[in-house]
Amino acid sequence: MIVLRLALQSLRNRWLTATLTVFAIAVSITLLLGVEKVRTGARQSFADTISGTDLIIGARSGNIQLLLYSVFRIGNATNNITWPSYQDIAARPEIAWVVPLSLGDSHRSFRVLGTTPEYFQHYKYRQSHGLAFRAGAPFADLFDAVIGADVAAALGYKVGDPIVVAHGLGSVSFIEHDDKPFRVSGILEKTGTPVDRTVHVSLEAIEAIHVDWQSGGRIPGQSASADEVRRMDLKPKAITAALIGLKSKLATFRLQRAINEYRAEPLSAILPGAALQELWGLVGTAETALKAVSAMVVATALLGMVTMILTTLNERRREMAILRSVGARPRTVLGLLIAEAGVLTLAGTGLGIILLYAALLILQPYVDTNYGLHLPIEPPRPGELATLGAIIVAGCVAGFLPALRAYRLSLADGMTVRT
Amino acid sequence: MVALTAEPRPAAPSDIIRLTDVRFAWPGANAFSLAVDAFTLPAGQRILLIGPSGSGKSTFLSLLCGIVAPQSGHIDILGTDLTRLSASARDGFRAEHFGIIFQMFNLLPYGTVIDNVLLPLSFARKRRQRATANSSAEDEAARLLTRLGLEAHLARGRSAANLSVGQQQRVAAARALIGRPELIVADEPTSALDRDRQVAFLELLFTEVREAGATLIMVSHDQTLAERFDRVLRLDDIATCRPRSGQGAKT
Repeated sequence: MIVLRLALQSLRNRWLTATLTVFAIAVSITLLLGVEKVRTGARQSFADTISGTDLIIGARSGNIQLLLYSVFRIGNATNNITWPSYQDIAARPEIAWVVPLSLGDSHRSFRVLGTTPEYFQHYKYRQSHGLAFRAGAPFADLFDAVIGADVAAALGYKVGDPIVVAHGLGSVSFIEHDDKPFRVSGILEKTGTPVDRTVHVSLEAIEAIHVDWQSGGRIPGQSASADEVRRMDLKPKAITAALIGLKSKLATFRLQRAINEYRAEPLSAILPGAALQELWGLVGTAETALKAVSAMVVATALLGMVTMILTTLNERRREMAILRSVGARPRTVLGLLIAEAGVLTLAGTGLGIILLYAALLILQPYVDTNYGLHLPIEPPRPGELATLGAIIVAGCVAGFLPALRAYRLSLADGMTVRT
Repeated sequence: MVALTAEPRPAAPSDIIRLTDVRFAWPGANAFSLAVDAFTLPAGQRILLIGPSGSGKSTFLSLLCGIVAPQSGHIDILGTDLTRLSASARDGFRAEHFGIIFQMFNLLPYGTVIDNVLLPLSFARKRRQRATANSSAEDEAARLLTRLGLEAHLARGRSAANLSVGQQQRVAAARALIGRPELIVADEPTSALDRDRQVAFLELLFTEVREAGATLIMVSHDQTLAERFDRVLRLDDIATCRPRSGQGAKT
């Protein structure tokens, strides 16, 4: 016991280098675990964004592209689905519900989504959570808009506030549909999905604001007032995509094939889960690279520790000679140095875990609002614990390097106490 | 004055140390080597071993204490042939039967004074039993420190780093004496002290060694201390050394 206590006191005697070493290890552990948290958090966020939808249809394109623009509001559609084709597919008997999506406009950098009131009923996230209203109600009037929680928070909107939709997706647009202002009719609860950053209007509203527009610009000399527009036929000509729920999951693949082989126009139907898997396959390389980098940072920290112990060996030859003189075996000297490496690694790992959770507690709300990424604060998973265990073992193994050198020095020094 | 016998003879019961035909060389080409044909030492005496720097005193002590093993020959200590023991058994033997005092830098500076004294007991079961026979090991350490003239507040102090050289040597002596090992080996323990302190330290050490019934082997290059010892031996008479060629010999 005295020997262990003295070894700890010896470490405390070198507290500055020891503390720095522990910090280096801790930071590397925090990075390693943090990367893992962000990775699993991002995956979870993506996987949680849509559920309960069996198929997503859109104009023919890549599966991932269709998933990204229809659900995640990332990128743009290359083409639209014509209204008759949509109607035709929506009428198929195996379909329980269908929600059309029309994208392409924005409001102060938040995307505007044209849809039907069924959207609020059928869109599900995080297994089976439905959308809920924090205030107001779904759009009832042509110029009503329902905004996500982040939109409301970022722009300070309340129910009843007027908003102007801009054409296109830039955050500053000089072409605004300012002759047809909308009114906020409802604000949704926070979901942690792209819904929070979306302005929802009716399909007819999307049509209405484009009545006197052609090829992305206002037709000179023609301008329809809001009241005139109300009297027009606002049946959509095309939509961007649609979410489909089926009566029986068994029909999924049959309907998917039917849509993919649709004759009137080229369409794509995707299973959200399958498309997500494809996406993971795509980003897997980047994830592996991130993991490799953080593993190398841990290795660097352990190398730093070995260097630290090695540089102290010369001044500690006296310590070794004293221990040898009172009967310590070279094995004991070896064990003490390995134990020292083990204690440093253990302390670094512990501190790293504390740093990680402190960072999570502080950064979680910020990351959530700014990146829509929910980082769960939960105990380490078994896989992470195994990684941490492996790192501690690696630290002890790394300790063998200085320990063997000390072993050889203490054998060579014999009874000579070197200063 | 010199007890030297050319022929090996049966160990008398009182012989505590007996070396026969010992040949030792440090590893490496042209390394320092040492040879002892025959050497015996009776128990219970105070021996001064004199040799100039580089004469192989440290090597001789390393052999006696079993830190290194000779390439050939026998080293009998207390009836045990060290050369028949494994390296770790020699370490255990040294822990049980030897108390060692170095020239200086005896203490682990970050440890407490008491911990420094108690250090050998971690490796020696019998010494621990003896040290704790009448009181706790800590009390025994404090008793020895007091007997060796270390002020009580220093003995109870947290750190060994703030002691003077003389005080450090007293703590080292207490560490060597705790648990009453049979052999006390001191490698120039007084060379860092001034003359008055040398004598005072030796007197205290002698008293405690006599009390414990131990044999004291002290190495020095200083002959002026000779009259205080039972016997004075010269390393040159005991051992034949061949210094490392080319540079200064290993001490």
